[in-house]
Amino acid sequence: MRRQYWRDFAKGIWEQNPVFKQLLGMCPVLAVTNTALNGLSMGLATAFVLISSSIIVSIIKGFIPRQVRIPSYIVIIATFVTVADLVLAALFPEISRALGAYVPLIVVNCLILSRQESFASDHPTHRAFLDALGMSAGFTFALLVLSSVREILGVGELFGFPVTMGLFRDWGVMILPAGAFLSLGVLIGLANYTTHKLGWES
Amino acid sequence: MELFLIFLAATLVNNFVLTYFLGICPFLNVSDRLDSSFSLGMATTFVMTMTAAVSWLINNFLLIPYNFHYLEYVSFILVIASLVQLVEMFIHKVSPPLYEALGIFLPLITTNCAILGMALFASMRDYTFIETLVYGFGAGVGFTLAISIMAGIRERLQLADVPWPFRGAPITLLIAGILALAFMGFAGLLAV
Repeated sequence: MRRQYWRDFAKGIWEQNPVFKQLLGMCPVLAVTNTALNGLSMGLATAFVLISSSIIVSIIKGFIPRQVRIPSYIVIIATFVTVADLVLAALFPEISRALGAYVPLIVVNCLILSRQESFASDHPTHRAFLDALGMSAGFTFALLVLSSVREILGVGELFGFPVTMGLFRDWGVMILPAGAFLSLGVLIGLANYTTHKLGWES
Repeated sequence: MELFLIFLAATLVNNFVLTYFLGICPFLNVSDRLDSSFSLGMATTFVMTMTAAVSWLINNFLLIPYNFHYLEYVSFILVIASLVQLVEMFIHKVSPPLYEALGIFLPLITTNCAILGMALFASMRDYTFIETLVYGFGAGVGFTLAISIMAGIRERLQLADVPWPFRGAPITLLIAGILALAFMGFAGLLAV
């Protein structure tokens, strides 16, 4: 039983990592990972929405008719996104400004909807919570890795602190849209390679 | 002229896929065949244009006058979800093979961030009704353009010998990176 719970949580971190393996929720992954701080804040905001929605959906799953489940999930998600957006704007106005329109766009992050559809809607609340927690951890981890790579290569800093000590010139392109696609492509390629070499495939 | 600039900006200069990263999921997953990508692009364009119109009406006649600004996300997404349902029924009736080909990605147009993103951007910029309509249509055309170019490249790519860890998504992302570099060339076209 305890093993089962551990699996619910742990599968999201690597084996079914939303970004590296399932390629879900790509828009915020690419858009706001120009600095590590932005990437981390987006990861945490998404985690809040995902965990809260999974809990609510798994509690009320018995009351939602099958035909209207998707719109109902989206309304639940949109409500939590509005909460997250207002809280961010009130407490961390600078981060809120940097993330801009990508906070409201958490509503259409396919990761969140896919977890409701494929897990929270037919599992008990505590397991849905663990699943959401694991997926959020995996998502935040991926965002942090990608945004650190881009910030270090693009402006030579990490969380705003200089780290490269002028060893090489900054690659300006890394913080531009093209750099997001290129670095994520290379990272996923590396993830495939290591998974295969280490024999982690299930 | 003003309208043409808005259209051009939404299609090329600020292409939704390649500069705002909106609509990446279908862009990566459905773009392996040119004909189905193009159809998906057309369906998305239709939903986008309709969404632009309906969300403008809701925003200007309901949300702003009655001060319901915080309901913006919920109401926009409901508009999009119902429009997608409509398009789905339409395609199912008119062209069953296309319906089969698009499969799961048809309902997923709802979670295509390009559509909600477009509605939010348009309401942020205080466009008039006609401008919003042109903006939505332009964004849809830009999406169709990007996904069709990608599908064209990927059809050729099937013959190429890609290193195995990079097959599938990674190579698609790398190509998207190069496309984004190319689209940066449009940046100087007009000042928006």
